[in-house]
Amino acid sequence: MLRLELRGEISRSMIYWSPIFAVILTFIAGIIMFTILGVEPLKAITTFFIAPLNSLDGIAELFVKATPLVLIAVGLSFGFQANIWNIGAEGQLTIGALAGGGVALLFFNVDSLLLMPVMVIAGILGGMVWAAIPAFLKTRYGTNEILTSLMLTYVGLLVLSYLIHGPWKDPEGHNFPESRLFHNAAILPMILEETRLHLGWIFALFGVAVAWVVMTRHMIGFQIRVIGMAPMAASFAGFKEKHIIWLTLMISGGAAGLAGMIEVSGPIGQIVPVISPGYGFTAIIVAFLGRLHPVGCLFAGLLMALTYLGGDNAQIEMNLPNAVTGVFQGMLLFFLLASDVLVRYRIRFGKAAALVAPAAATPPMAIDEEGA
Amino acid sequence: MTEQTPRLELEGITKTYPGVIANNNVSMKIMPGEIHALLGENGAGKSTLVKFIYGVQKADSGILKWEGQEMVVANPNVARKLGIGMVFQHFSLFDAMTVEENIAIGISPELAAGDLSQRIHDVSQQYGLPLDPTRYVHTLSVGERQRIEVVRCLLQDPKLLIMDEPTSVLTPQEVDELFKTLRRLSDEGVSILYISHKLQEIKDLCHFATIMRMGEVVDNCIPSKESPRSMAEMMMGANLVSPEKTDKADRGAPHLVVRDLSLASSHQHGVDLKKINLEVRTGEILGIAGIAGNGQKELMEVLSGEMLVKDQNAVVIGNVPVGKSGPGIRRDAGLGFVPEERLGHGAVPEMSLWENAFLSASKTMNLMSKGFININGSVEYAQNVVSEFSVKTPSVEHAANSLSGGNLQKFIFGREILQSPGVIVALQPTWGVDAGSAAFIRQSLLDLAAKGAAVLVISQDLEELFEVSDRMSVICEGELSASRQAEECTVEEIGLLMAGLSHDIKEGETAHA
Repeated sequence: MLRLELRGEISRSMIYWSPIFAVILTFIAGIIMFTILGVEPLKAITTFFIAPLNSLDGIAELFVKATPLVLIAVGLSFGFQANIWNIGAEGQLTIGALAGGGVALLFFNVDSLLLMPVMVIAGILGGMVWAAIPAFLKTRYGTNEILTSLMLTYVGLLVLSYLIHGPWKDPEGHNFPESRLFHNAAILPMILEETRLHLGWIFALFGVAVAWVVMTRHMIGFQIRVIGMAPMAASFAGFKEKHIIWLTLMISGGAAGLAGMIEVSGPIGQIVPVISPGYGFTAIIVAFLGRLHPVGCLFAGLLMALTYLGGDNAQIEMNLPNAVTGVFQGMLLFFLLASDVLVRYRIRFGKAAALVAPAAATPPMAIDEEGA
Repeated sequence: MTEQTPRLELEGITKTYPGVIANNNVSMKIMPGEIHALLGENGAGKSTLVKFIYGVQKADSGILKWEGQEMVVANPNVARKLGIGMVFQHFSLFDAMTVEENIAIGISPELAAGDLSQRIHDVSQQYGLPLDPTRYVHTLSVGERQRIEVVRCLLQDPKLLIMDEPTSVLTPQEVDELFKTLRRLSDEGVSILYISHKLQEIKDLCHFATIMRMGEVVDNCIPSKESPRSMAEMMMGANLVSPEKTDKADRGAPHLVVRDLSLASSHQHGVDLKKINLEVRTGEILGIAGIAGNGQKELMEVLSGEMLVKDQNAVVIGNVPVGKSGPGIRRDAGLGFVPEERLGHGAVPEMSLWENAFLSASKTMNLMSKGFININGSVEYAQNVVSEFSVKTPSVEHAANSLSGGNLQKFIFGREILQSPGVIVALQPTWGVDAGSAAFIRQSLLDLAAKGAAVLVISQDLEELFEVSDRMSVICEGELSASRQAEECTVEEIGLLMAGLSHDIKEGETAHA
């Protein structure tokens, strides 16, 4: 018989093994799923996970897709460690894209080296402003940030919709709900010839490095971890919860805003009705898959990006529905949460205990519970 | 007595948890009418054993005989049917219900039917446990609440009554009353299994004691023939070094001053603090006695800065008024404090010891530069604490929750004390700590005071307070009595104050400023 047994201390190695188990189990479940669907499983898996990486262009695409995921996930993991649940990164991404893109439109055809930095700052500030609303409501009125940040996502998407259907619509765009194309100075420079890989990837890597240092070496990271693990101990040490709420929401909002700005200024090059295929939500999975650790988020972001590319590829090559991407992402999170049990528990086979109470084996007289 | 059939007999009870043997081959006998003490330090396996007897937990092996017959007690219902009653340390009562309602939901429906109110009345009369069935629980004192639990058990005509640390929430007078009841029950043939670590009580009350250490029965004794000290030594398996008060350093100026401090509690069933005044001078230990839940937690929060008051001058550390300032500023002013909860309040359970050292010492010990953690410095400081306060741990990389209660408490005290605070405030400093560590901690408080710190100890343990305090006061329903020299106080006086029956220690200092 299979049985779970509580470990004395949490297993450090399992913290790292559990995501690997999750990936393996996802593959296995994927093979089973494809078999049942009547698709050749090995071919499907190859198309999904290996074919996209066959070329330099493919790898560059992987980084392009991973950029927003990694940035947002790293930002979110600050909040998640402190038990501040910002679920609205998608909305912050949208507002960040509008702020950064808005600067580009405002200074249309202005060729200045300053334009890009101003757009970056505007993008970050846009995301922060959108995250400041839940932060204010939570610190002032004790509102649940999960609800407010999530609801604001839909508001953000409507703001986007309003702007591109109205004031920001391209005057020469044949009435399509899109902004005009950004001019060159407002487009993120490419860093690899012949590909779409842009400077944003460097931002993401830089974000990972900074987050790693802050999280492990700096007082800010320490306070965040203490508040998340033991709020009473944080107040014992004199850490102020409200500061941490503001700080983590500003970090995650700013990172999401930057990611949004990078999307419109990088691969898209204009403001369109759909800026992100749900990066803000997928990043939540990335953050947890990456153990809320910046480097973990980097690897998890790459893996998630691969599911996006694989989904596209499978759609083109094998006529599989795009929903397969969602299925794989869902399975990954599902198996990760399941594997996480092993951090605190170990699996034992066989009976509960080697010794069996003789009295329990053959009770000379046992009173039944019934009627008691 | 030996020819009689024991009421309860245990043979070779063994229970293991992952990595721990909670009970190893435990055997004991309880005779009818016997008051049997189960004595041991925290973690000695007393609770595990009792949970087994009461059917809350299964043992891995071993035999339980009830009046000579082998038996399986599968769950508490079975235990109650046999006639085993248990009064837990933590009561399971509903505040918003009456005494009668609370009793009714805790017993079998047949027993609850009919003239329950009358029977409650009869039982409480018979055993000297005055209790009004129509009162609401939230209006009762802790002692009265315990009576509900006792009466609930007695209604079921128990043959064995298990009491888990029953006196920790009682005043000395209430303890006397409880003992009278227990002795009467014993005379009627009810066996009592009495779990405690308060040795004087065991000596006064119990006929026989089984002493446990590390999950095993290590000794038996007849408490009336032993001294509390000899029993403590059996319990620890080592010689007990009791703390010594050294020659007093000169009492200096008041170093912690609280003036007219009032505060509405932020906890749901908390106690409001009413016009608290106190002074602790340098080189002195002030002990504050009181029954749990009389405002100790609130007082601690107000002193530590976790709760703030509107008047900056209500709390003064050294010369610095800090009433409106948080824990950080108070630490800078020289305050160290040790909260009641070790895990989760005084320390972060999942963090390593060095991170926990950094937690409160980051500024005072200069373990941070430009916001970055000085890891080497923190590790070194933690190692210092571990060696100076003889904390048993393989390394400071281990998580706080891997330490035993006593070891972690020593670590937390060490962490605070080595920062050389001018004032230290400790709530329940040795609660749930083994006797050896408790003696060590008390000694370190005495040493700290001798070096000139002002020490405030808030505790429910009167023995502890008499051992360390220079002056004592009592907190009752959020009011603090005027303080008085500890040598001049008697247990009875303190007890009356704890029960709220008298308002000030007579002939005490006139200072109620």
